[in-house]
Amino acid sequence: MSTLASLALFLGVLSLGGWALSGYMTRIYEGRRVWLSPVVAPLERALMRLAGPRASAPQGWRAYALSAVIFNAAGALLLFALLRLQGHLPFNPAGLPGLSAPLAFNTAISFVTNTNWQAYSGEAQLSLLSQMLGLTVQNFASAATGMAVGIAVIRGFAGTAGRTDLGNFWQDLLRGILYVLLPMSVVLALLLVAEGVPQVLAGAVHATTLSGADQWIARGPVASQVAIKQLGTNGGGFFGVNGAHPFENPTVASDMVQTLAILLIPVAFCFVFGRMAGDRRQGRAIFAAMGLLFVAGLAVILWAELQPNALIGAGAGLEGKEERFGPVLSALWAAATTAASNGSVNAMHDSFQPLSGLIMLINMQLGEVIFGGVGSGLYGMLLYVVLAVFLAGLMVGRTPEYLGRKIEGREVTLAMLAFLSMPLGILGGAALSVMVPQAAASAQATGPHGLSETLYAYSSAVANNGSAFGGWNAGTPWQETALGLLMLLGRYAILVPVLAIAGSLAAKPRAAVTAGSFPTHGPLFVVLLILTVLILGALTFFPVLALGPLAEQAALAAGQAY
Amino acid sequence: MSHSEPAQKGLYGQALRMALRKCDPRSLIANPVIFVTALVAAMTSVLALRDLFTGAPHAGVSLQIAAWLWICVLFSNFAEALAEGRGRARADALRATRTQTMVQLLADPEDDAPRAVPSDQLKPGDLLRVGPGDLIPTDAEAVKGVASVDESAITGESAPVIREAGGDRSSLTGGTRIVSDSLVIRIVAAPGQSFLDRMIAMVEGAERQRTPNEIALNILLAGLSLIFLIVTVTLEPFARSAGLVIPVVTLGALFVTLIPTTIGGLLSAIGIAGMDRLVKANVIARSGRAVEAAGDVDTLLLDKTGTITFGNRMADAFLPAAGVPERALIEAAHLASLSDETPEGKSIVTLARERLPELAQDLPKGTPVPFTAQTRLSGLDLPERALRKGAVDAVERLTGAALEPALKRAVEEIARSGGTPLLVAEDTRVLGAIHLKDVIKPGVRARFAELRAMGIRTVMITGDNPLTAAAIAAEAGVDDFLAEATPEMKLDYIRREQSGGRLVAMCGDGSNDAPALAQADVGVAMNAGTPAAKEAANLVDLDSDPTKLIEIVMVGKQLLISRGALTTFSIANDVAKYFAILPAIFVAAYPGLGGLNIMHLHSPESAILSAVIFNALILVALIPLALRGVGYVPASAAALLRRNLSLYGLGGLIVPFIGIKAIDLAITALGLA
Repeated sequence: MSTLASLALFLGVLSLGGWALSGYMTRIYEGRRVWLSPVVAPLERALMRLAGPRASAPQGWRAYALSAVIFNAAGALLLFALLRLQGHLPFNPAGLPGLSAPLAFNTAISFVTNTNWQAYSGEAQLSLLSQMLGLTVQNFASAATGMAVGIAVIRGFAGTAGRTDLGNFWQDLLRGILYVLLPMSVVLALLLVAEGVPQVLAGAVHATTLSGADQWIARGPVASQVAIKQLGTNGGGFFGVNGAHPFENPTVASDMVQTLAILLIPVAFCFVFGRMAGDRRQGRAIFAAMGLLFVAGLAVILWAELQPNALIGAGAGLEGKEERFGPVLSALWAAATTAASNGSVNAMHDSFQPLSGLIMLINMQLGEVIFGGVGSGLYGMLLYVVLAVFLAGLMVGRTPEYLGRKIEGREVTLAMLAFLSMPLGILGGAALSVMVPQAAASAQATGPHGLSETLYAYSSAVANNGSAFGGWNAGTPWQETALGLLMLLGRYAILVPVLAIAGSLAAKPRAAVTAGSFPTHGPLFVVLLILTVLILGALTFFPVLALGPLAEQAALAAGQAY
Repeated sequence: MSHSEPAQKGLYGQALRMALRKCDPRSLIANPVIFVTALVAAMTSVLALRDLFTGAPHAGVSLQIAAWLWICVLFSNFAEALAEGRGRARADALRATRTQTMVQLLADPEDDAPRAVPSDQLKPGDLLRVGPGDLIPTDAEAVKGVASVDESAITGESAPVIREAGGDRSSLTGGTRIVSDSLVIRIVAAPGQSFLDRMIAMVEGAERQRTPNEIALNILLAGLSLIFLIVTVTLEPFARSAGLVIPVVTLGALFVTLIPTTIGGLLSAIGIAGMDRLVKANVIARSGRAVEAAGDVDTLLLDKTGTITFGNRMADAFLPAAGVPERALIEAAHLASLSDETPEGKSIVTLARERLPELAQDLPKGTPVPFTAQTRLSGLDLPERALRKGAVDAVERLTGAALEPALKRAVEEIARSGGTPLLVAEDTRVLGAIHLKDVIKPGVRARFAELRAMGIRTVMITGDNPLTAAAIAAEAGVDDFLAEATPEMKLDYIRREQSGGRLVAMCGDGSNDAPALAQADVGVAMNAGTPAAKEAANLVDLDSDPTKLIEIVMVGKQLLISRGALTTFSIANDVAKYFAILPAIFVAAYPGLGGLNIMHLHSPESAILSAVIFNALILVALIPLALRGVGYVPASAAALLRRNLSLYGLGGLIVPFIGIKAIDLAITALGLA
């Protein structure tokens, strides 16, 4: 019972925190004063002045999307060059050589798209310069890009009539970093330091173990990197084993705080949507739909992990989990990270029960819309909203409209276009991977579990999650290249059409709300939205999930393991 | 229009023949969902035949799957053909009026020497003389004269109507016939482009343009089909990696059952049937967009006269002056109105006889005094007394005295309540007042309440003064009114509503309505109206009945609801189909997945066949619904959503589970799989 109570407390704190943060974020993106303004505003002004007056002019959706793509393309090129040339650059005490082209491509795309899929091994392959100037910069930049686009999409969907621009990308980007990500990272890093997470610039320390062996214990500016990796739904850890490492996540408290940090900004985005729409019920409806899906998924994972193992017949599964977290906190973390597009782990997902793997896969395959990535979770969910409103909206006998704007051919076309990228990328990519012999070798398990591993990798990449199931070799040229390309597809084949929808909606007159208007704020709409997500999103993957985790679960029940 | 039984049978036969003809790939391609269904059906047929000759196992089942896929395609075509066929009978009747005749072409309106030319050589601007029995060759406008015209070919109304030069009744529709008198008319539409031609094209579906929502829905359906194509195509390698080879026929069956064939197959039939309902209501839509826009309307501007009230005022009460017995007033009013042929006069007689039935018995002989513009009084001169009735100021002039205070108050009260007071006088003594009242049509109030529940505001347009208008508005239950309305005020009102984000519908007939009709999102012109009004409107009501506006809104809504309901149903069906087909496919590799066979279908073959049969049968079963339109009870959007979501969403989830299980039992019993 105390488990349930503490989970309820966690959800309560998350909701309230998200609500409080949403007010602050709304003020920031609307350019109003906040309590940080006296400190940050001069810096913001100076930076914007440096960029010139044109850099802060209002942008239509095309200009906005172009700015975001150019910014990310430049970031990716820079990161690619840095990773390739790190052998010739300073701050490379270990004298590490440059990465191979496919690996550098994969890593650059991974960090720019907020995926943070790690095909490399951080300690062994990256110089300090690559870590700090490359990855950490992109942890902020990719998160702020997602948030900026999220805000632009909100403006298009919910903005006042007559305003056809979506804001200014550069300004939104800068505000996201200066007012939200940086200050929150500082606070979170301090909290983590208090829990014992190292934050030093010194190198590894030497220790002699009880058995007399030499051990080098790596440390460094861990707390700061962990803070942004969680807040920005990035997930790329300082250490290879990520949140399972005692220096990244030493205590139950640090674990809870980080789980909160993962979901906080995505939750706040739901409420920002309601606030900017001038109708908070709209934001609460989306929050409710996401929240119910989250809780349902969490419940299945918890149930599966607390079950006695079907083969051994006793004990909750602790394989691959940290003793200090146990099954409950590991399940919560797994649910939160796969739902929220955060690639970090505090346990090995590969070792979870097949049903848990099923939920993690579904969380990602829906396109990371259960809270999802910062900004991107909301705009992904808005795609489902467009389809739900269009389908059911006709049933009230009017041209479907959302927040007073008609959903017509153009919006439906763009939504379907964006919608195609999940099945195309995940199913198409994974199918190729099982067909091509050199790719198929990446799956190390056989049978349904092997398929689950491949499916997990492709779902994680296309959905820009970045977490890994484990037990699957991502380090081959085929996988590095294919996954790199699919991360691009999963990010921009959604981001650009959604911005186009927002631009198209912004240009439409806003219809008056009458008793004949389709209601999009009540429990009925929440149910409709959840059903749309499940039927149009999850059902697409039902056949392949049957062959993967479901087949494994069925076999496990019959006493067979893979 | 009623169909006799044999005609109905002929309709089905014709539709079936058309359905086969529509299997031409060039015509199928217009419907992407059905086109790919036909492709899969063709592929399955070839594979099934190959299996049959090579003696592969389950060739019989493959053959049955192929047959049911073809049935799916055929019945989609059949639904469309049936919808078109219903209109065609009417089109043929209309076309019969479009015969070629010789017409009398004039050089100018005063020309006395007309030239005979064939009617198909006319062009807009030509002047013609038409006399009794002549057919109006194409749409025209009267420029000289008055005539009565039989419009029954277009409207079905047998009573002739008056058409005259100038004013708002100058429009003549091609295909109508002059009954008496003659007219000089100016041609406004070249032969082949008249209303009649447009109507024929529309009812035949030949010129059917897809409406915006239909286009959007088609895109959604095509997108979903593409997603399911990816799902089925990639399933093959995934299954192969599990050591399972799925037959192509099975993959094809899975694909077709997943794509939204139900709505895809019925989409165009729904559209055509919706237009057909309008045609049945005698309304011509100048574009499909207008019909959908009618469903979106937020504000209805309704003319008071004819829509909200009967055209005429009727006597409602007698109010005697002080010291006058009520009986005396009623008697005098009755006599003074006996020879009054106006509806108001007749209504006074009717009311008087209702109150005092014996009045009808002995009618005194007297001299009727007709209404003149000078006296503005009418009445009856009897040997010993003169009875008069008329407007208050006219009677005051007659008696030469102001009204006594009590009666004056009563008269003012009548005016304030929206009525018209008439005074009755015997010689120079005022006997009392008659309350003439605008009578609200029965049921109007309830109708407006329904509209309000649907979120539609009703606005009454009237030439009455604000006081009268307010009283009638309150009684009829409209949300707002526009008193002493001028065309400019209507236009302003529409613009104001539109700037508030509301869509406005109105009907009108006069030329001065044209700007407002053009500004309104849905403008319904009366067919009797001027060409200018008809040109500005996007719908034309052939019956010239302003009440039609409400019906048009309902048709528009029903059209959209039908599409949405069947789409939701179609997509919700997929859940059951997955549970039927997937375990059937996978159970060979993973026996544990037999647990997904929650319907306990007999065998993998029977499961797949049952899903395919259900898919075909549900399409056939829903054809009547598509043609009739789904049931629609006016209600708020929230209530409609709740009702339709549980009916078609939940129904769409549950029905196929039951249907597929039943079919599985049947085909197992019959030994088909």
